[in-house]
Amino acid sequence: MTPGADTPIVSPVSTWLHVAGDGAVTVRSGKAELGQGILTAFAAIAAGELGVDPASVRVVAPHTDDGPDEGITAGSMSVATAGATLRRAAATARALFVAEAAHRLGVHPADVVVERSVLSAPGATTTTTYAELAGHVDLDTPVDASPTMRGPGPETTVARLDLPDKVTGRPRYLADLVLPGQLWGRVVRPPSAAATLVRADVEGAQALPGVVAVVRDGSFLGVVADDEQRAEGAAEHLRTRSAWDEPDTLPDEDDLPAYLQGGPSTTFTVDETGDPSTVTAARSHEATYSKPFLAHASIAPSVGAARWDGESLHVWSHTQGVFALRNAIAQALDLDVPAVVVEHVESAGCYGHNGADDAAFDAVLLARAVPGRPVQVRWSRRDELSWSPFGSAQLVRIVAGLDNDGRIASWDCDIWSQGHTSRPGYAGTPGLLAAAHVEGGHPLPAPVDPRPERGAGSARGAVPAYDMPVRRIRGHRLDRVALRSSSLRSLGAFANTFAIESFVDELAELAGADPLDYRLHHLSDPRGRAVLEAAVERAGWAGRPRGGGDVGWGVAVAQYKKAGWCAVVAEVEAVSDIRLRRLTLAVDVGRVVQEDGVRNQIEGGAVQSASWTLKERVRFDRCRVTSVDWETYPILRFSEVPPIDVVVLDRPDLPSVGAGEVAQGPTAAAIANALAAAVGLRVRDLPLTPDAVVAAMERG
Amino acid sequence: MTGETFSLTVDGERYDVTTARDTPLLHVLRHELGKPGARFGCGVGLCGACFVLIDGNPTPSCDTPIWAADGKDVVTVAGLADGGALHPVQQAFLDEQAAQCGFCVSGVLVSAAALLRDTPHPDEGQVVAALDRNLCRCGAQRRMVAAVLRAAEAAE
Repeated sequence: MTPGADTPIVSPVSTWLHVAGDGAVTVRSGKAELGQGILTAFAAIAAGELGVDPASVRVVAPHTDDGPDEGITAGSMSVATAGATLRRAAATARALFVAEAAHRLGVHPADVVVERSVLSAPGATTTTTYAELAGHVDLDTPVDASPTMRGPGPETTVARLDLPDKVTGRPRYLADLVLPGQLWGRVVRPPSAAATLVRADVEGAQALPGVVAVVRDGSFLGVVADDEQRAEGAAEHLRTRSAWDEPDTLPDEDDLPAYLQGGPSTTFTVDETGDPSTVTAARSHEATYSKPFLAHASIAPSVGAARWDGESLHVWSHTQGVFALRNAIAQALDLDVPAVVVEHVESAGCYGHNGADDAAFDAVLLARAVPGRPVQVRWSRRDELSWSPFGSAQLVRIVAGLDNDGRIASWDCDIWSQGHTSRPGYAGTPGLLAAAHVEGGHPLPAPVDPRPERGAGSARGAVPAYDMPVRRIRGHRLDRVALRSSSLRSLGAFANTFAIESFVDELAELAGADPLDYRLHHLSDPRGRAVLEAAVERAGWAGRPRGGGDVGWGVAVAQYKKAGWCAVVAEVEAVSDIRLRRLTLAVDVGRVVQEDGVRNQIEGGAVQSASWTLKERVRFDRCRVTSVDWETYPILRFSEVPPIDVVVLDRPDLPSVGAGEVAQGPTAAAIANALAAAVGLRVRDLPLTPDAVVAAMERG
Repeated sequence: MTGETFSLTVDGERYDVTTARDTPLLHVLRHELGKPGARFGCGVGLCGACFVLIDGNPTPSCDTPIWAADGKDVVTVAGLADGGALHPVQQAFLDEQAAQCGFCVSGVLVSAAALLRDTPHPDEGQVVAALDRNLCRCGAQRRMVAAVLRAAEAAE
C-alpha cells in the first residue's frame, strides 16, 4: 500500500525522482501505463510540483530492480495513492533545490520563485536552474511528511506523452519489442477449461523448419521457433495432431442463476442495520437481476517475453503488478525471488486482471527450454477471449418494503457470484494459468474477493447510497467454479449498481413518483445530489419525452468505493433495435489533476459499460467456451457509440480519487431505465438485447 | 528464408521480399520491413488493428497473403506522414487527444486517411461509416470521430 498524506515514507526522494545535469527529470513509479494515461498524469504532477516544463520529465515503467513497489495498478487508485506520494517526493525535492538556490543567490528560501526550471528571487542579481543545481542537491533524503505543495498549476494541462509514438506507428508495445537473439513462442492451449493432454506429435513438430524447441509438460504444450510465422505453423501442427481428454464441466449457460445459486458457497454479511423481516411495510417489492460472464476483450492479445540464463530470469510483461508477478513466478518454479526480474512494457488497454501475467509465464516456461535466448509469446484472439479470466456472472435479488408515503422502509439484498479476484499470488498460489497445466503444478483455486477495506469484490457497490432505516445485504460466493474469473473494471459494482438503480426506478414507479425526485428524496449526501442535479440539468431531463414514442430516458447515480460519484442520463430508442442515442454524465472525483484525462476515462468507461450492457456475454456449451472471436463476442462499434457529454465537478479541497471505474455501474442502470421507459417493460437480465426484451415480455 | 520473391512498395520505398507465398503481409511488414505500426489484433480481419492501404484501399494485412500484395502500393500508418509533417488526421488525433491505449489507432488512422482522400469534407455519418470496421475497446470512438472532422476542417 502506498501511504497517504502525512504518513511517513521510508524510502528517500531518489526512489521516485532523479534530476540530471542537463535538467532532465526522471520519475520512477510503481504504477504502470495501461492505456489510462498514468505516465502523463505523473509527469504533470512531478512537473507541477517541481516547477519544470513537463517536456523535461520522463516517467519510466515499473521494474522490480529499479523503482518503488507500489503494488498493483488497479482499482482506479494510482493518482490517489502513488500520485500523492510522488507529489510529496517532488515537493520535498523542490524545497531542497530552493534551499540550495537561496544559498547561492544570497536570499531567503521563501523569496525563491521557481518557474519552468528556473529558480530566481526578486532583488537577486543572478538566477539558477535545476540543471545547474543538480550535482549539488542530494535527493537521498527522506520524503518530507507534509511539504509545502504548489498544487496543480498551468503545467497540469499536459497532452498525452505516449500519443505521438502511437499515431505514427513507432514501436511502443511489448509485441514490438525485439530483443537481441529473440525467438518466438506459441502455446497450444487445451481446447476447453478442464481438458488434459493425451498425446501430441512432438517429434513431428520438432522436425519442422525453424523449430528450436517443443515443450510438453503435463497439459502444457508449446513451441519455440526462429521466426514468428514458423512458430505459428508449428503450433498449428501440434494443435491438429494432438488429442485431449475433454470432460463436460461447464454449467448451462441459459440457466446461470441455477449455477450461481447451486453452491457450495460462502455466505457473508456485507452490511446490516437491522432485520428487514421485522419491518412492517405498506407495500413490498421483489426483483432479481442478472449479469453474464464478461470478457476483457482487449484489442491486443496478451504478450509476454522472457529470458532464462540458467539461474536467473528476466521477464517483460504488460502485467498490472511487476512485483506480484515476480513473486508468483518464483513460487511456481521454486526459485529465489531475487533470481527473477520483471519489467513492465505497455500493451493495449487493460481493464483488470487479464492474460498478461499468464502470457509472461508462458514465455518463462518456453524460455527455460532455450537458455540464453529471449522468447516472445503472443496469444491468439481465440485464446485471449477464452483463457483470459472473465468478469464473473452475478445474480442480485432485492426485496424492499415501502411505507405509506412510498419511502423505502426496508431493503434486503442477496448477491450470488464467483469471486472477483484470482490475481498472481491469490489464495497462497501462483495463480498463473500454465502453472496449473504443468505436471505436478499449482491448480487454480476458486477466485476470492478483495477485502472490504480494499473495496470488496462481489459486494462492491452493494450498499445503496440512499437513506433507509433498515437494510441487510448478504453475499454468497461460490467455493467451486467452472470458469476462471478475476478483476474486471469495477468488479461486482457493475452488476450491483445495475440492480440497485434499476430497482429504485421500479420502486419510484410503485410509489407513483418521478424517478429523479424519488432519488433526491432518499439521497442526503450533498456530493451525490450535486452530480445527480448536474447530470439532469445538462441532459435537459425536465423536458424529456414521456409516454411512448419508442424513445425513453433513464437516470442513475452511484458512489464508487466510498469515493467518486457519478450520475448518468441515458436516452434510448427501441424499435426493432435498441439504440443508445445519448449519454450525459456528471462526476465528482475530488480534486482534478488532469481534467481531460478524467473526461477521457469517463467517456471510455461509459462506452465500455454500454458495450457490456447492450451486447456482451461469454458464450459456452457444457464443455468449451464458444465466444472466441469478434463475431461470437461482439462489442460496441463506431456506429453504435452515442454522443457523450461529461460534466466534471472539480473539488480542489478534496483528495483525488479514481475516475476509471465510476461510470461502469450507473451507465448500465441508466440505459436499463431508459429502455424500460421506451418499451414500457422492465428487462432485468443483461445484456439488454432485443432477445432479452422478448424474453421479458414472455415472462410478463 | 526460402520461398518466392515478391516486390512491393511500402510507405514509398520499394522492397523485394523472399518468403513463402502464404506469409501474411502483416508478418512481412512487422518482421521483415520494420513497420510495427500495423498491429496484430485478431488475425482474421475483424478488428482493423492491422489495416494498411493497398493501392489506396483500407485492407486487413493480417489475412492478406504476401502474394496478393505483389506489385502493389502499401501504406502503413507510418507512411501517412509526409516527410516530417504529420498527416492532418494524425495531427488532429493529437489535438483531440483521441486515444486511450492507442493500439487501434494505427488502423483507425488508415481508414480515416482513405476517407479524407476520397471525401475531403465528410459529415459525421460518413466518418462513422468509414471507421465502422475498426474496433476500439477503450471507448475513444467519439473523440476519434471528432478528430477526423477536425482534420477535414483543417484541410479547408
